[in-house]
Amino acid sequence: MIKGNFIDNLPKVYGIYTGGFLAFIIIMSIAEQMGMTAKTIGICFVAFTVAIYAIIGYLSRTAQADAYYVAGRQVPTVFNGMATAADWMSGASFVAMAGGIYFKGYGYMALLVGWTGGYVLVASLLAPYLRKFGCYTVPDFIGTRYGGNLSRFMAVVVLTVASFTYVTAQINATGTIASVALDIPFQYAVYVGLISILLCSMLGGMRGVTWTQVAQYIVLIIAYLLPVFWISNKMGAGFFPHFMLADEVARIGELEQQYGFVKNAAADLKTVPKGLAGITKAHSAVNATPWAFISLALAMMMGTASLPHVMMRYFTTPSVKAARKSVGWSLFFIFLLYSSAPMLATLSKLSLIDPSLPTGIIGKSIAEVQAIDWYQNWNQANLMFVSDFNGNGTLELNEFFMGGKAVVLATPEIAGLPYVISGLVAAGGMAAAMSTADGLILAIANAISHDVYYKIIDPKAETAKRLVVARVLLVVIGFAGATIAALEIQGILGSVIWAFDFAMSGLFFPLVLGVWWKRANKEGAIAGMFLGLVSGAAYLIWVRTGGSGFLGITQLTFGIFGSAVSLVSMVVVSLMTQAPNAATQKMVDNVRVPAGKSVI
Amino acid sequence: MSKQEQHWEKTRGLLFMTLAIWFVFSIGIFLFGAEMNEVGGPFGYPLTYWFTCQGSLGIFVILIFWFANRQEKIDEEFGFSERGDD
Repeated sequence: MIKGNFIDNLPKVYGIYTGGFLAFIIIMSIAEQMGMTAKTIGICFVAFTVAIYAIIGYLSRTAQADAYYVAGRQVPTVFNGMATAADWMSGASFVAMAGGIYFKGYGYMALLVGWTGGYVLVASLLAPYLRKFGCYTVPDFIGTRYGGNLSRFMAVVVLTVASFTYVTAQINATGTIASVALDIPFQYAVYVGLISILLCSMLGGMRGVTWTQVAQYIVLIIAYLLPVFWISNKMGAGFFPHFMLADEVARIGELEQQYGFVKNAAADLKTVPKGLAGITKAHSAVNATPWAFISLALAMMMGTASLPHVMMRYFTTPSVKAARKSVGWSLFFIFLLYSSAPMLATLSKLSLIDPSLPTGIIGKSIAEVQAIDWYQNWNQANLMFVSDFNGNGTLELNEFFMGGKAVVLATPEIAGLPYVISGLVAAGGMAAAMSTADGLILAIANAISHDVYYKIIDPKAETAKRLVVARVLLVVIGFAGATIAALEIQGILGSVIWAFDFAMSGLFFPLVLGVWWKRANKEGAIAGMFLGLVSGAAYLIWVRTGGSGFLGITQLTFGIFGSAVSLVSMVVVSLMTQAPNAATQKMVDNVRVPAGKSVI
Repeated sequence: MSKQEQHWEKTRGLLFMTLAIWFVFSIGIFLFGAEMNEVGGPFGYPLTYWFTCQGSLGIFVILIFWFANRQEKIDEEFGFSERGDD
């Protein structure tokens, strides 16, 4: 079914799909009017969308290596852009980003700049050249360009460390959403999430993941934008929030001045439930030093260009030219969501702190706030908390606490939108987390099955056997990730940022120099990957165990140190050892020309 | 200089230009974040605030498409472009 003319029919297929999804939203809202409970709506949204993904995953099943590893290299530019955007935007982007901006303002928005600017590096330094190379995985490029099993294996190690750090957070997010929407305990919900994830990828590999990711992008972008526009209109803030919230941003600034950021006593803060925070940073003022901002943005940009699950999406385009354009489309689709997150944060904050709005709670009496329906709901969900620290009976700015996720999850309810929107948001969050988890698990499983099993252990293995190994690994890695996620060790966002730092520490320079510096050789690449990863990890451990750090490099930006070590060691070792042989030099020349056969 | 060397020279030139623009809007302007934020930006937002939530992001999108088009032209000029796909 999915072959040949399926590609030509893509706009039609996904057009019908989008129409069907919108119709489903309308049906649900009618059902809500007729008395369907909030819980049933939530279940319907999550179950319906996951079922669709599973069907797409089943229809995309394949027994060919080319389809399994790189979706047959026939994904059109724009659709690959959508798939990459879904692959990229994780549960953290969807659920936590607006919250981060809400609480930390400018300092946090370095992530917006970093997570978009990295695509310029992807487009100009790497994606087209790796596409020309014709590899199946990122370690495949390293292993062939530099030669030798050790370099290939090192690349697999870096990839696994970075992607695995990332994937536990995503499985955790699917579990969180599934447990809320389906009302089951988190420990089980994690496995429900995992099975949904595997349904998309197991039968069709990259092909299955590609077409489910496109479907997931459509769900997640509707689920993000619809509430933002709706809330903005309902508040009278402007019908196109992105261009019309200047007054609201200014008003927040005024209110912040008026209230002031009063510091709470440590003893008072101890009574606040874990994970909740108050507003302590200015909304639109510059509240971070240039280096704090730039170092975080830089780390995220270089990390973007080193994360294999993003890079491998560009292996699926029909040509080098298409790979370049596809990066542009990816960023465009990402931009749609990222540029809306600050708007949502603005609307959410203003609706809560402006006493002249009906939803404003600051300045009301504590008892009055505690009687509000939505406050009670979200207080119960452990995402909101008020406490009368100064005992004056009135809620002050420093007496109101909220969880980061609440900005996306609770704002629709606070603004008085129907529950159907909350169901939609749950489906969107699920789509975001699932699509990223799929990309990551597939990246790890493909690297181990293709690079370790096929290229190193058993080069004579038949396709059928290779694909069995790939699928078994997919399940094993998925379960390992879910098991760790079920332990709930890290917060969602922290581990995501670490993944970027690990990836850039070990892979950024070996990848970039592989294309742009002919003199780079095997010994240099191995040194670069090994020392980069080890020094980055050592720095993280040092800072986490009380080390003071240096040059303002924190546990969120340790990749800057790791990649610097990687660069220096790679250059020094390369120059101290023999230049790559003529065949390798010719291979690099070949990679630099878009026309002609791929290198592998 | 061979055709391939010339092609690579031009490609490298385009890379440096792209990276220079990238540098300005991802790093350069944020060196002056505090000063810039005193100035009004598009749609009435404070300027630095606008760059972090729309400006830089949008410029990156345009930059990549611009880069892709320029690179295609370079490839065509040397007869290195691929045929019959998009």
